[in-house]
Amino acid sequence: MEAVAILAQANDFDVDASAKLSAGFAYGLAAIGPGLGIGYLVGQAVQAMARQPEAAGMIRTTMFLGIAFTEALALIGFVVFILLNFA
Amino acid sequence: MILAFEFPSFSQLVEWPDFLFVDTPFALNKIGLSALIAMVITLTLFLVASRQRQLVPTGVQNVAEASIDMIENEIIEPTLGSEGKGHGFYVPLLTSMFFFILILNLFELMPGWLMPGTARMAIPAFLAVLAWVVFNVAGIKAQGAGYFKEALFPPGVPKPIYILVTPIEFISVFLVRPFSLAVRLYANLLAGHILVVTFAVLTAALWAQQWYAIFLPFPFLMLIFVFVFELLVSVLQAYIFTILTAVYIGGAIHPEH
Repeated sequence: MEAVAILAQANDFDVDASAKLSAGFAYGLAAIGPGLGIGYLVGQAVQAMARQPEAAGMIRTTMFLGIAFTEALALIGFVVFILLNFA
Repeated sequence: MILAFEFPSFSQLVEWPDFLFVDTPFALNKIGLSALIAMVITLTLFLVASRQRQLVPTGVQNVAEASIDMIENEIIEPTLGSEGKGHGFYVPLLTSMFFFILILNLFELMPGWLMPGTARMAIPAFLAVLAWVVFNVAGIKAQGAGYFKEALFPPGVPKPIYILVTPIEFISVFLVRPFSLAVRLYANLLAGHILVVTFAVLTAALWAQQWYAIFLPFPFLMLIFVFVFELLVSVLQAYIFTILTAVYIGGAIHPEH
């Protein structure tokens, strides 16, 4: 009987509402890591440029590449948010 | 809702009805039309520029030469090396890729249009598949079958570790690369589009003869800020997509030693 009760509870479980509830958390959590990462990356790049202004062009190119790779994680989180919320 | 503020539904933001050749395979909507316009602008820019070439460039030729110079020095030189400069395939490929994406992105900010063509998955996905095909073919052409050996069994790794490294390399090189390339462009532009819509809707909702209209300047100034920021993002994403394609090609044709 207990198993039936659990199953019934599982049926009451509103999948739509919980998907919408978790969507915000999904994006918020996905933004933490890349936020820290990009902050650290750009900070180090600025430091490198300040120390060696001749290499600024090369550092900037590499910095943008690094940002692109780091940012992808946050963007995948954003896509998950869209999928949970609207799909 | 408070203040009669109603956010439009998601499908209203990104789905556009067909308006030309409806019910045929060639049906056109806003996205398709913007892709056609971007193609025509890119083509005419470089065709007109190359029509009457002068030693001292003026007008359109100046724009075209400056942009090719930019692509060669900022994108090709650091990734493909100096032999990639003036290359008959990579320079036109990367230049047209950059301008196609840039113009599609800038449709996000064009008054009266306000919809980036790259905010739907189709165009970024196609471009990513194109980049995938190009860097794999370039690698096979440059290294033959050694390309796959190089990609899947990176040198300098102890033999037993290959059990771990090879599947990871396979997934990251052949599956994740095109996926992340497409998702990066798509999600950036979609997020920008949603930001613009949010502040535009907020500004419009406050446009009323009520006391709360005094808050109107705040979302409006924010809207202007978002526009400027999205201008930066549009250019940056076109640049990043192009330079990543160049990095992948460079990695495929220059084996690591």
